[in-house]
Amino acid sequence: MNVLVYLVPMALALGGLGLAAFLWAMRAGQFDDLEGAGWRAISDDDLPEKRG
Amino acid sequence: MSETQDLSIYVRHPAEGVAAMDLVVEGVHCGACISTIEKGLSGERGIRGARVNLASKRVTVEWDENALAPAAIIDRLEGLGYPAYPFATEKLDIVEAAEEQRLLRCLGVAAFGAMNVMLISVALWGGAAWTQGYATRDFLHWLSALVALPTVAYAGRPFFDSALKAIRQRAFNMDVPITLGVLLALALSVVQTLQHETHAYFDSAVMLLLFLLAGRYLDQRMRRKTRDVATNLAAIRSEKAVKLLDGGEAREVPIAAISAGDLVLVRAGERVAVDGIVEEGRSEVDQSLVTGETAAVPVAAGANVYAGTMNMTGALRVRVRSAATGTLLDEVNALLERAIEQRSSYVKLADRAARLYAPLVHVTALATFLGWILLGLNWQHALVIAITVLIITCPCALGLAVPAVQVVAASAMFRRGVMLNSGDALERLADIDTVVFDKTGTLTLPKPSLANKDEIAPADLALAGSLALASKHPLAKAVAVAAGAKTPLAAHEFPGQGVTVFHEGKRLKLGSVAYCKAEAEAVKVAEAWPDASLIAFRGPERVVVFAVRQAPRPDALEVVAALSRAGLAVEILSGDRESAVAEVARELSISKFAAGLKPADKIARLKALREAGHRVLMVGDGLNDAPALAAANVSISPISAAHLTQAQADAVFLGDPLAPVADAIFLARKAKSLMVENLWLSGIYNFVAVPIAIAGLATPLIAALAMSGSSILVTLNALRARSAKGAAR
Repeated sequence: MNVLVYLVPMALALGGLGLAAFLWAMRAGQFDDLEGAGWRAISDDDLPEKRG
Repeated sequence: MSETQDLSIYVRHPAEGVAAMDLVVEGVHCGACISTIEKGLSGERGIRGARVNLASKRVTVEWDENALAPAAIIDRLEGLGYPAYPFATEKLDIVEAAEEQRLLRCLGVAAFGAMNVMLISVALWGGAAWTQGYATRDFLHWLSALVALPTVAYAGRPFFDSALKAIRQRAFNMDVPITLGVLLALALSVVQTLQHETHAYFDSAVMLLLFLLAGRYLDQRMRRKTRDVATNLAAIRSEKAVKLLDGGEAREVPIAAISAGDLVLVRAGERVAVDGIVEEGRSEVDQSLVTGETAAVPVAAGANVYAGTMNMTGALRVRVRSAATGTLLDEVNALLERAIEQRSSYVKLADRAARLYAPLVHVTALATFLGWILLGLNWQHALVIAITVLIITCPCALGLAVPAVQVVAASAMFRRGVMLNSGDALERLADIDTVVFDKTGTLTLPKPSLANKDEIAPADLALAGSLALASKHPLAKAVAVAAGAKTPLAAHEFPGQGVTVFHEGKRLKLGSVAYCKAEAEAVKVAEAWPDASLIAFRGPERVVVFAVRQAPRPDALEVVAALSRAGLAVEILSGDRESAVAEVARELSISKFAAGLKPADKIARLKALREAGHRVLMVGDGLNDAPALAAANVSISPISAAHLTQAQADAVFLGDPLAPVADAIFLARKAKSLMVENLWLSGIYNFVAVPIAIAGLATPLIAALAMSGSSILVTLNALRARSAKGAAR
């Protein structure tokens, strides 16, 4: 059962990381436009211009 | 006279030297639109950035202060092919958005807590509670407490706040038993852990919060979405007025920037945007949106004009009035206030369930406690069992039962062109047994159309149509639309009379019956179309009289028939002339109608209906309908309705067909029955779970299974609200 000493804090830390990521995403406005985000992902605007 | 646009009231200043404006954009629907707009705007000199929000159909633009005028941005968007309308964010929008963010944050925290506590609980259920001895079990329990206590302290606040507020006001809502259940579950678990007992309910408390927050969040999201849509519509419809400055300069400004005492210019063919008194000018005004009367009213200096009316023939200078005084608007406002006061407070289904449910639960828990003591159990054990009863009965599925259905039904209505303004409208809409329609603009299309097209020679119609294009008069417009005319003739307009032109050696005239000397022909046409307005055309060979009337909406007949089939009584209450109303009633085979009604008469009729025990849906668009909408049990307006009227309506429908009204009723009925069904489902769950708890046999595993099982069941059941029998697919 000694393994719990490592596993439990790890599980909590990973979960906490997920929560922190969620809270950051929310504050940064990542959920403001759920429809637009899907389109922006497949837009080619950010590719470097083709030459010649 | 120069004319410029002043949009300064919409401009924000997020930082020094930076200006920003929010605009509603029409026609954005995919990724290509996003990049067209954002690139198109960013290329402009002085613009710092533009960001499109596809979900809310809005764009936020930031630019260097003084680098360009806000109107230039609208012009640029227009040039890109996207008509844009600025809007000002209201305080209530910000409050609602903040509440949604708060609930989402709580939901995230609760989800984190629930996952981790569940992780530990699975180990406990899996055997750690029995096989590993005290030390491991207590360690796992303490670990659960470490996660659950802060989680509940944070994520439970929306419920705690609301429960506290209810108790302070000596009221009772669903949040009181929820708060009590959650807090007792935690307290019991801590005590159990301290005493090295087998069972702790940390997982139940957190999971309960998670499910309830999900329901609460959905509810809030729907509220905000309807508000967003309402703001967009208001922005698109927001009218501008031409304000006359002291120096005689004319400037186009948004209505919000006009104040009482200003002088406003209203040109022929424009909608009057303000209430006021005519100072100069002579014209005819179409008041159908205000009074329901379809015949034009002549106005001159000193006459009152109302926002929403159409100025037909001449230019008017209007002095904006500070307060309505002894006028129609005044009367409407007074009636409206009284009707709102008398509006019976409808108790929502969920609240009714809570009122019934909460005392029952608490009495059961108390009875369990006393019962076990009487049977000889010590009080600590009895208390533990009583609290398990409270935990198990905590209204988890009950909290989801109604919002889940509301969300699904509201989005189903949205797809069919109906937007709900209030959350409980769904339930009230489901209960109605009588539908009362206004005529003008509701049963009929808001724009007039040519009625006797078949009786007119195509050549005459084509020529009259080309001539009609030269006029801004609404009747002339109807003729032009019917003729499909594209090329206008270079005609001369005599305000208040008609237009005339020399064409291929002949003088052509289009205008009033008197102007074209068509009295003889007019009598015949007036007989055939008693509710029509007449416009005459003196052509190269003969004189033709056009009957222009407000035709019923294309599917009005079928919709009225469908409503009757569904067992609803249908009635017309109109402010228009008897002859005009009778004609439409006959056409749509509606037997009950009343004409020439004033706003107070409409209210009286609605009151009589309600006193006879009927529950009434009022569908209306005019300013004169606003008090009636407030007096009915529930109300719907077309999108073309007057502002004041739309604000009163519980729902708004889009487009020319009337079908959305029927769809809304059928979907609401389905939704209501699903809500009741869901409440029963969660009731039945209690019927099964409660005896187990009373017997003292409940374990955290049983509580978890029962809770999530019933929540999933009601959510799945709610999905059925997407369609209803009789409603369009």
